[in-house]
Amino acid sequence: VNRKSGITAIDGAMALIAILLIVQMWLLTATLEAFLGGHDEAILPAVLISGIICAACAGLFIFIRRIDATVRTPR
Amino acid sequence: VKRIDDEFAIETATEQYVTRRQFSKFLVLTSLGMFAGNLWILVKSWLRRPAAYTERLVAGMDEIGVGEVKLFTYPEPGDACILIRTSVDQVVAYSQKCTHLSCAVYYAKGANRLECPCHEGYFSIADGSVLQGPPPRALPRILLRREGNQIVATGVQL
Repeated sequence: VNRKSGITAIDGAMALIAILLIVQMWLLTATLEAFLGGHDEAILPAVLISGIICAACAGLFIFIRRIDATVRTPR
Repeated sequence: VKRIDDEFAIETATEQYVTRRQFSKFLVLTSLGMFAGNLWILVKSWLRRPAAYTERLVAGMDEIGVGEVKLFTYPEPGDACILIRTSVDQVVAYSQKCTHLSCAVYYAKGANRLECPCHEGYFSIADGSVLQGPPPRALPRILLRREGNQIVATGVQL
């Protein structure tokens, strides 16, 4: 992987993390609304999906670190 | 073995990598924080017990005419509520706090609905559901019971 394509991959992964974060933020506010409205049945699925999104973000972060290590200037 | 320039950039070109890596780390930590927030809500919902409400006399039927309202507090002294007499033999009561930003809703007699003056959120007089505007959920309904000529509040329905 050369430097330029490495940066592109990192930018793409970061954009994906940002999109996932927006979805997760919406999910958190929706869960809070459900809790305040007394609709507790919606909370557990929301937590599971939030956990999956968090794991996906962590996976993308590991991907970024690997690419970063690969394309770093040879010493 | 980690070298010092793995974490601290020496060249301008490599500084870009470090910044992006740190930023993505921050994003992942934010994601973790939101997941923790969701978990916290789940735990709160598991620990939530059905509230025990005490019954309280709100008003007498002869105190308010048809289309008139009476303000009261229930279940706590700080919980403002609005009682509306919708017909000769029917009264309804809701929390007066708008579910958007807690402004006090009022009864719009002409339109026969509850209105929030802050952001024009309208609520149905029949069940407190949102008719228009930014409120995300219905007004909590105050459960009432008639005891002869007296109106007694018995609970709150979210």
